[in-house]
Amino acid sequence: MSDDAATTAPAGAGPDPLAGPDGAEGAPRRSAAARAAARLGSGAVQLLLVLIALFWLVPTLGLFVSSLRAPADNASSGWWTVLARPAELTLENYAGLLDNPTFVGSFWNTVLITVPSTLLIVAIAALAGYAFAWMEFPGRDWLFLGVVGLLVVPIQVALVPIAQLYGGAGIYGSIVGVVLFHVGFGLPFAIFLLRNFFAAIPRDLLEAARMDGGRELTIFRRVILPLGGPAIASLTIFQFLWVWNDLLVALVFADAANQPMTKALQAEMRQFGANIDVISSGAFISMVVPLVVFFAFQRYFVQGVMAGAVK
Amino acid sequence: MAHTPQPPDADGGAGTVPGPADPGPPGPDGTRTDEQEPGRAGALGPPSWLALAFLLPALLFLGAYMLYPIGFSVYRSLWDAPGTTFVGIDNYIRMFTNPPTFVALRNNVVWVVVAPIVVTVAGLIFAVLTERIRWATAFKLVVFMPMAVSFLASGVIFRLVYEQDPERGLANAVITTVQDTVAPAGDYPDASPRDGSGVEPADGGGFRLGAEVTPGDEPAMVPLVGIAADDLPGAAEPARAPEAPAGDAVAGTVWLDFTPGGGGTEGAVDPEERGLPGVGVRLVDADGATAATTETADDGTFAFEGVAGGAYTVELDPRDFSEPYAGVTWLGPTVVTPAIIGAYLWVWAGFAMVLIAAGLSAIPRDALEAARVDGATEWQVFRRVTVPLLSPVLMVVFVTLMIYVLKIFDLVFVIAPGSVQADANVLAVEMWRVAFGANDQGLGSALAVFLLVLVVPAMVFQIRRFRRENS
Repeated sequence: MSDDAATTAPAGAGPDPLAGPDGAEGAPRRSAAARAAARLGSGAVQLLLVLIALFWLVPTLGLFVSSLRAPADNASSGWWTVLARPAELTLENYAGLLDNPTFVGSFWNTVLITVPSTLLIVAIAALAGYAFAWMEFPGRDWLFLGVVGLLVVPIQVALVPIAQLYGGAGIYGSIVGVVLFHVGFGLPFAIFLLRNFFAAIPRDLLEAARMDGGRELTIFRRVILPLGGPAIASLTIFQFLWVWNDLLVALVFADAANQPMTKALQAEMRQFGANIDVISSGAFISMVVPLVVFFAFQRYFVQGVMAGAVK
Repeated sequence: MAHTPQPPDADGGAGTVPGPADPGPPGPDGTRTDEQEPGRAGALGPPSWLALAFLLPALLFLGAYMLYPIGFSVYRSLWDAPGTTFVGIDNYIRMFTNPPTFVALRNNVVWVVVAPIVVTVAGLIFAVLTERIRWATAFKLVVFMPMAVSFLASGVIFRLVYEQDPERGLANAVITTVQDTVAPAGDYPDASPRDGSGVEPADGGGFRLGAEVTPGDEPAMVPLVGIAADDLPGAAEPARAPEAPAGDAVAGTVWLDFTPGGGGTEGAVDPEERGLPGVGVRLVDADGATAATTETADDGTFAFEGVAGGAYTVELDPRDFSEPYAGVTWLGPTVVTPAIIGAYLWVWAGFAMVLIAAGLSAIPRDALEAARVDGATEWQVFRRVTVPLLSPVLMVVFVTLMIYVLKIFDLVFVIAPGSVQADANVLAVEMWRVAFGANDQGLGSALAVFLLVLVVPAMVFQIRRFRRENS
C-alpha cells in the first residue's frame, strides 16, 4: 500500500513523491452504464491533462527553438514557423556566446559561487543539526524555535546592512561576499531539515555507539552522516539549485567581474528585442544544469522543496 | 538494524510536510510506535561545551546575516537617505504617501490576494485529475520542472510568450488565430471614402451613402480609396456601373476609385478600376430598420429587387472593413500584473500539486468509498469528503505561497519591460530600486522592515505549528 510506504520510508530513499498511488483505484462494483460514463469522463480528463501539459512544455520549447534561430528570423517571425521550415535552425547564437568573454566568465562565476556555498551550508548545518537533535545543552529547544522563526525572514532585510558591512570589510562585489551571504540565508532551512531527519534516527544506534566509547565527532561521522545520506542529498540538491538560480543576491553583492549568469543575462534584458540571440541561448544554457540535476535527482529535489513548505 | 530512519515528514512530527497522519487520525498501521524523544542523551551524553562547538559556525552566520541585519535595518530606517539625520518615522510615512511606493503596495495586495488562490486551486485540480491516469508521473514531472530553473529563465520564457506582435508572441498568435476564426478580419481594413463622393463613415467602421435612394433611381455609386491594388482579392474584376434599375429595384457599385498610374475621373468608374467583391450591402429604411441585404459581385455591382417604395440609405457592412485583431498588450500598463501572475502560476503550480497529491494519497480510501456507497456523486465526494480532509494541507500550501508572493522579486523585475516597471512594481522590487538605484537606504530599510513585519504572522504560524506537533 502506498499509504504505508509514504509514512515509513526515509526521506529521499522513500517513494517517488511524483509517482502517485500505483493504480490502487479500489473502484467499487458499478453498473455497465456507470463504467461507460466513467471511461468517457476519463477520456475527457486525459485530453484536458494533455492540453495542460502542452501549456507547460510549449513555452520552454519556444525558448529553446528561439535560441536556435538567427536574430533576423526571430525578429520577423514566430519560432513555431520552424515546423514548416526546419532548415533555418542554426547554432550561431551558441557559438557567439562561447566567444563572449563576459558570458563565459559569468558561467564560471556561477559555478564558483554555487559549489562553495552549497558545501558550506551542508557542512555547517549538519553539525548544528546533530547538536540540536542529539546533544543536550541549556536553552536548546528555545534556540531551535528561533531557527524555525528565522525560516521566513525576507532577504531584503539583510541587503542594506550587509552591503555596509561588506563595504567596510572590503569584500563588497566579491565572490566571497556572495558565497557567505548565501550561507547565512541558507542555514535556517538547512538546519531545520537536517535536525528533523537526524532526530528520527533510532536512539539505540547512538546509545550503542556512545556506550562503545565513541567520541562525538566519530559518532557524527560514522553513524549520523551515513544514515542521514538521503536528507543530506535532498538538501545539497535543493541548495545547489537555489544558489545557482539566484538573481537578487548577485544583483546587490556581485560586481561586473564576479557576476553569475543570472545577473549577466538580466543586464541584456534592457534591450530584449535586440539581444534576443544572446538572451535566449544564454537563458537556455543557464537552464541546462538545473534541468540535468532535476531529471537526474528529481526525487531528492522534490523532497527538498516539499520540506521547504512554509519557508 | 531493525529500523530505518524516519524522514522529517514521516510522522508529521517535523512539521515540514503535512504528514499523512498529521491532522487526521493516526495511520491504521500505527507507524508511530517507535516514537522517541531525541536528545535525552543521559549520562553518556556529551558535555554542553561540545554542543556549543558544533553549533558555533551556524550561530555566527545566523547572528551576522540575520539577527544583526534585522536590528540594523530597524535602526537605519529611522535615518534619512545618507544616514546623517535622525528622521523618526518619516520614512514609514513616505512609504505610504510616495506614489511609486504606493503603487508597489497596491500591486502587492493584488498579488497576495490573487496568486496564492490561483496556484492552490490549480494544484488541487491537477492533483485530483492525475490521481487516476497512468502517466501521472510524467505529467507531474512536466508541471514541476519550472521549479528547478531560475525565475530569470522563466521570465525570459514568458517575455517571449507575451511579445505583442502576433507574428512573434505565442500568446497573441493563439488569441488572434482564435479570434480570426470566430470573427475574421475584413478584406478592406484600409478603405476610406473618396472625398466629395457623398460616401461617409458610418457607426462601427462601415460606410454609407449620404444621399438617400429610392427604387428606380440612378445607380448608387460607392467609390472607395486607400486600398493598395495588391491587397484586392484575386477575384476582383474590372468595375462596372450597373444599368438603370427597374422601378422596384435599387442597384449600384462599390469599387476602388483609383486608376493605377494616374488618370481617370474621380467618382466615376474608369476602365482600369476594379470592383470590390464580397462587400456586404444593406438597405436601411427611414425607421432605421434593415430592409434588405446583399453582397457585391466580383465587378463590385450589387442590386436589390422587389423593394417597396420609399427612401432608403445604402450602408456597407462594417465587418468588411474591420482591422485585423492585434492581440492583447500583455506587458502594457493595464494587464502587466495579471500577465506576470500567469507566469507565476506556471512556475509554482507544480509545487502546490505535489504537496496536495501527497496529502491526497494519505486520505483513507474507506472514507471515500463509504461516501460513494452511500450514493454520493463524485462531485459531492470531492466537495464534502476530499476537500475537508485535505484542508490542513491546502492551508500549508496557501500560507507558503503567501510568504513567497509577499517577497516576489525576480519575475516582476525580469518580465516587466522598463517602461512599465513602475506599473508592475511590487515592494521587493521597490526596495531594491530605492536602496540601490536611488541610494536612499533610509527608505529602503523602512521597506525591508515593512516586509519583515508582513511575514511575522507566518513566523508565528510556523512556530506554533512546530511546537504543537512536537509536544
